[in-house]
Amino acid sequence: MDPIDDIELSEEEEEITAETVLKTLQSAWQNERLAPEILPHHNDMVECMLGQIQHMERNINKLPKTDLRASIHKMELSRIKFIICNYLRTRLNKIEKYCIHIINEERQRMESGTNYLTPAEFKYAQEYLLNMESHLKNVVLDKMPGNMQTLELNKMAIYPNLQTHVFLKANDTVSCVVLEDLVGDQDEEIDLEEGSQHILQYKPVADLVKTGKVQLV
Amino acid sequence: MFAEKVIELLKEAERNPDTIDPFNDEKIRQILEEMHLLFKMNMNDANATNENKSLWTTVQVRHSALERNKRCLLAYLYDRMKKIKTLRWEFGSVLPPDVRELLSDEEYQWFSKYSTNLASYMRSLGQDIGYSGIDLTENLKPPKSLYIEVLCMADHGKLELEDGDVITLKRNSRHFLPTAECQTLIRQGVLKQIV
Repeated sequence: MDPIDDIELSEEEEEITAETVLKTLQSAWQNERLAPEILPHHNDMVECMLGQIQHMERNINKLPKTDLRASIHKMELSRIKFIICNYLRTRLNKIEKYCIHIINEERQRMESGTNYLTPAEFKYAQEYLLNMESHLKNVVLDKMPGNMQTLELNKMAIYPNLQTHVFLKANDTVSCVVLEDLVGDQDEEIDLEEGSQHILQYKPVADLVKTGKVQLV
Repeated sequence: MFAEKVIELLKEAERNPDTIDPFNDEKIRQILEEMHLLFKMNMNDANATNENKSLWTTVQVRHSALERNKRCLLAYLYDRMKKIKTLRWEFGSVLPPDVRELLSDEEYQWFSKYSTNLASYMRSLGQDIGYSGIDLTENLKPPKSLYIEVLCMADHGKLELEDGDVITLKRNSRHFLPTAECQTLIRQGVLKQIV
């Protein structure tokens, strides 16, 4: 179909898919912002949305500048762009902060094929760590006495605090979430009902967040 | 006293948590000197302890001082790296000369490497679908409105907008521009938003 035909029509057609994509992206963004550790990437969603944006931008450009629809759509687009940028930026921040930890974990995950980072992100993380190492070496480490020159990465690593508490909402009914008792050994089991909200420690629900059964709020 | 200078260094850095201080070359040199001195003394004593265990404690204390010096120096550099990173997000890949002066040569190198790495990551975004990448340093704040009124703070010359219009940015002139297109200029201080 010729895209010039009618902007309304083409919008209508995509609405069903584009909307779900946007919703998934939004919840991924929300989870990423609130979770202490890095989550599996949603690169397909990002790319799909980018394609969608491109398409809509082309459509908008065909409208006259003074058209009200154009400015409303533009506003919507800039909101979506913000979400994408912020989502990617949040991930980058986490990658930089927990660099050593993430690279180590990711190497193991890559073997099992369940990588959390996109190839580009992984490359970025490695490069970042490399730059940091060489900088530290050049500036001080190489000038230190012989037995002090090694950079102990394990000592430098920062780990995300998985014990932190999060607000969450259950998308599905999940039964038997085990809450570990760190002090004693009285583990507690709870059930999450669909639509209910809780404040829990992040660690026991980490897997549920990754599979999308609960949403952080 | 052992490791005293390094604490001074960290305290100085801590005094301005939001801004970056000039790189303290001199102090770092002194600290490294102290470390070499400690190391030398340790070597001498360690060789002597083979027969005499009484120096062993001294060696240990000096060794912990060395460790501490190292740890603190790394912390100092790491903290500065964090600040330099924010500079990349604020100013883009070209630093204003007054900020550039605050960094040491090595730090500037690190900055350029960081900048290149970030740029190549941003270029790779959406490449599979024929996108030429996204600039993540735009859209730092949630968009409130499509257009904003800005006051021009400096002569910047011509600016071509996305729709092909060309406007001239002159000092003290006011413009009504699309938010997305003047964010970078606002951060660089050429434009100022008028509420």
